[in-house]
Order: sequence, then structure tokens, then C-alpha cells
Amino acid sequence: MGDMSKDRLKAFLMLLPSILLIGLFVYGFIAHTFWISLTDWGGVAALAENPVKQFTGLQNYVELFTGFLGGGFRQDLVNAVYYSVMLLAGAIGLGMFIAILLDCKPRGEDIFRTIFLYPMSLSFIVTGTIWRWMLAPQGGVNLLPTFLGGEPLGFRWLTSTRAIWEFNWQNLFLIVVYLVAAGLLLIGLGTLRSNPSRACKRWLLPGVGVGLFAWLGADLIPRALFMEEIHGFNLAALGIILATVWQYAGYTMALYLAGFTGISQDLRDAAMLDGAGDLRYYRHVALPMLKPITISAVIILSHISLKMFDLIFAMTGPDNAETGHPALTMYLTTFRANDFAKGAAIAIVLFLVAATFIIPYLVSSYRRKGAR
Amino acid sequence: MTRKLPFGPFLLYAALILLALAYLLPAYMTVVTALKLPADISLPRSWDLPAAPNWSGFSEAMALLKPNLINSIVLTVCATLLSTVLGSINGYVFSKWQFRGSEIVFILFLFGMFIPYQVILIPLFQTLRAINLYGGLPGLILAHVVYGLPITTLIFRNFYAQIPDALMESAMLDHAGFFAIYKEIVFPLSIPGFVVTSIWQFTQIWNEFLWGITLTRHTANPITVGLAQLAGGQAVSWNLPMAGSILAALPVLLIYIFLGRYFIRGLLAGSVKE
Repeated sequence: MGDMSKDRLKAFLMLLPSILLIGLFVYGFIAHTFWISLTDWGGVAALAENPVKQFTGLQNYVELFTGFLGGGFRQDLVNAVYYSVMLLAGAIGLGMFIAILLDCKPRGEDIFRTIFLYPMSLSFIVTGTIWRWMLAPQGGVNLLPTFLGGEPLGFRWLTSTRAIWEFNWQNLFLIVVYLVAAGLLLIGLGTLRSNPSRACKRWLLPGVGVGLFAWLGADLIPRALFMEEIHGFNLAALGIILATVWQYAGYTMALYLAGFTGISQDLRDAAMLDGAGDLRYYRHVALPMLKPITISAVIILSHISLKMFDLIFAMTGPDNAETGHPALTMYLTTFRANDFAKGAAIAIVLFLVAATFIIPYLVSSYRRKGAR
Repeated sequence: MTRKLPFGPFLLYAALILLALAYLLPAYMTVVTALKLPADISLPRSWDLPAAPNWSGFSEAMALLKPNLINSIVLTVCATLLSTVLGSINGYVFSKWQFRGSEIVFILFLFGMFIPYQVILIPLFQTLRAINLYGGLPGLILAHVVYGLPITTLIFRNFYAQIPDALMESAMLDHAGFFAIYKEIVFPLSIPGFVVTSIWQFTQIWNEFLWGITLTRHTANPITVGLAQLAGGQAVSWNLPMAGSILAALPVLLIYIFLGRYFIRGLLAGSVKE
């Protein structure tokens, strides 16, 4: 056994450099960024040899969320939410649809798969450059209807200044409460058929309660800001979402295809014998079985939507307010305006958003393995 | 094993062909625009084929982007090699030489691949400046190697998990140690693992932009930064950015077309763990 423990030591020593690198470059750096975000590091002398940094507590965060000048950042956050939701819906919906089509094993399946997946190999900068040209107002996509005998579209994909789904940031907390109520009701209605009593007790009643509270007690819920501030979904972002879905739908397609292939033919035949048609097979057998894949896709795509930096940079330039994103604002604040402390605060906000869904994902996949 | 098609063959092929066309339109547009003379490029006629292919856009774009392409090749080759080798050793330890707490350490590794890189950007920038690696390729290589460790380790760990433990045990009975087992058993079996991982890393590093623009000076800019600058100018005629896009995309596109199978395996390894 002496050899054995010596080998174990060797193994650990071989891993040690990587552990130290990850410890410093990931965890140490995140902690350091957090520390920077609590200071006032910035301004003209920010890049001096030993810049002056004073501890200011949560001042930077307070300014971002409630300050007069933070309005741009708040719109960026709203943009980021819309980007994520629409990218998820688009890429998962389209990818799943293509995967079901290809799962029918059409002729030329390989060629189709290659075509749907090639955008994945491109960089966001290449995609952005190409789509900027495709979405130019008088050309590209807007001309497509003319090939079918229609009129050209006049939509200004990347420069539109219209916004829809507007809301007042002052009412943010109230809106969140309403969303919670709506979520509870939706889950309740979804489980109503399988387990009525639990659905009522766990979801429906609390949902109605929270909704009533928001409706009756609207004045009790504090306002999120001292002045009215309207935010909405800027239509200029549609072009960017279109390009992202074009690039990433193939990715979800590949995930689902791999999953469909993994379902045994026996199970499939059994479902068919039970009289399940093809569409019902996917709805009731295949897709529920692939829930882990859907979860992975949601995680990876949300992660990508937080990294939209490159694509927005290439499509509308870094400082276009309409299509702004916290990832870009962080870059501009830090490396153009030299306001390192505020840039660090934006980065921490981004990180916390990412961590809220990554950590449960990692923990649950670890647990699942531990249970086996 | 004949299966009935859910939508009928006609609808199935119609949907697939329409979708495939939609996916290929941007590629078509890029190629025809790149082959046009600047004077022939106009928005209302952007879908037309060029009267005669004009290749000068490519040579002009090549002249402008050549330094960036060379930087990207050096960067990508070095960083891919280093991170793949390290990932292989890490994966070997995590799958075959587990120690108390190694699973937790592994999860902590994985976390590093999901962070938005903005959150480490400022300290990374400061550190590279402090050790005099800011602005050049070595600093960028270091960043890509370190932050590539989680994904390369993950791919190799899952790959090595398939090697039966019985092989390991019999080797240990023959008094083979840590390195001998790696050299005699694990490494010879891991060629596909190396292909998958290095293709994945190559694609990621070649396509990376954020570090390229924040951590390098002009002379060390990789191709993504060069292309963004080429396309960002307003006055530029569009055949140049399009030709540049093709040049920037070609290396990974070729890998994808010829080694697509491995590319997809890397793609899946990055997400589905079980």
C-alpha cells in the first residue's frame, strides 16, 4: 500500500497547480471584484501606479438601482431580461421543432443537420457583421417579401426607437408580486388534474392570496424609485434576438436529437402500440423524458444571453442605448470611462444573476449523481 | 423499422427545405456581397448575384486582417495545446484518482465555466498589468488556458470515466504507478478525447472577443477584434467586412465541416453531464 499512497500524492500534486489557478483566477478574482465594487476607484487617476481607493460601502449599487444616472443601467437590465426570455423561447422552440423533424429520419438527414448547426461554429462577431448587413433597412431581410410578390418591409431592425410592453420602474415591486401570483396560479392550474387537493392548497390558494394582496394593498408596497421612469422592450433588440436564435437553435436541436436517439426503439414502439400518435409520443413520452436536457439547454442559453456582449458590439456598436446590455455597460464604464468601481458593481450584479441559476443546477446535478 | 411520419412526407420535406433555406440565406448574402465591386453594392439590389466575381475584396481584407489572423493562429494553437494537456491530466485525476472531497473540488472547477467573464475582468486586467503580461499574446494565452480548465477537465473526466476500473486495477497489480498507467493505458485510449477537446477549445478561443478587446494592444489584437474594427467603420464598403467575415470564419467552419462529429461531441459534453 505504500506505493499506492505515494501515487495518490502524485495525483494530487499534479492537480494542485490547476486548483491554485482556479482558486485565484475564479474565486479570488470574484472576491476582488466585489471588494472593488465597494470602493470609489475611478476617475482620471484610476490607472495610476497606486490608485487611491476609498471604501464607500454599497454606494455604487445604490446609485445603479436608485440614482438619477442609473436609468440607463436599469433599461439595460430590462433589455437583458427580454433578451433572455425571447432567446430561450426562440432557440428552444425552433430547436425542438427541427429535432422532431429530423427524428423522422428524412433522406439527407446529415446534410440538414450540418446546415442547421453550422452557425454554431461562427463567432458572434462574424454573425453580427453578417446580420447587420442582412437587417439593413432598405435591403436584406426587408426585401424578402418582394420575392413572393409583396411589398418590401420598412422595419428598422436595429435602429428602431419604438418600445412596447412599457412599465414604470417605480412599480417594480408591485409587478414582481403580481408575477409571483401569476406563476403560482399557472403551476396550480397545471397540476390541478393530477392532484387537485395539493394544487389548491399549495398553489392556487396562495396565488389568489398574493394576487389579492397586491390588488388591495398596492399602496403598502414601497415604490422602487423616487420618480417616474418608463422602461420597456425596445424593438431595436428584435434584430439581435433574431441573429442569436439563428445561431443557437441548432445547438438545442443537437441536444434534443442526441436525447431522442437515446430513447430506445422498444419504448417508442410500445408507445405507438398503445395508440399514441407521433405528436402524442413527443408530448407525453419523449419530451418529459428529456427534461434534464431541457434544463441544460435553459442553463446554457441563459448563460449565453448574459454574454451577448460580442453580438451587440458587432451589430449596433457598444454604445447604442436602445440595445444596451449590462455586459456592455460594464465594459464602457470600466474601460472607456475608467470608472472601475461602478464597472465592478455592474459585473457583480451580472454575476449574481448568473449564480442564482447556475448554483442550483450544479448542486442538483451533483446530488443526482451522489444518489445513484 | 419503418416509421410513419407525423406530418406526411410532403409537409416534412417542405418544412425542412424552407428552414434550410432560411439558414443558408445569410451565407449566400455574405458570399455574393464579398464578391461584388464596391460600386455595385446597393441595398435594394443586395440579393442579386455579382455581374462578375470580383476577388479583390478578399485580397484587400486579407491585407488588412493578416496581422490579426497571425495573432489568432499563435494564440489559438498555444492556448488549445496547453489547456488540452492540462485538462487531460486533471480529468485523469478526477476520474481515476479520486481523493476525499475531489467531487466538491470538481464542482468548484465547473462553476468557473459558467461565470460571466465580466466579473473577473478587472482583476485579470490588473494582474496581467502587474506581471507585465498586459497587452500582448502571452497574457491572453494565460487567460484562455486558465479559464479553459473547467471545460477541458470536464470533457476528459467524462471520457476517462468510460475506461473500466478493472484495467486500472490489473495495472496496479503489476506495480504500475500514476504516470505509468497514464502513459501505458489512459493516454493511448484518449486520442478521441484529445480531438474533441482541442476542437472545442480551438473554436472557443478563435471566436473569443471580450478578452481580445480588453487585454491586448493594437498589435496583438486577434481576428475577432480586427474584424469588428474593419466592420465598425461607417464609410467602409460592405464587400470588405463580408470578405473579412469569411476569412475569420473559414478555419472553424472547415473544422466543423470535416470533423463535425467531434465538434458535436464537444458541444454535448459541455452541457449534458450524465
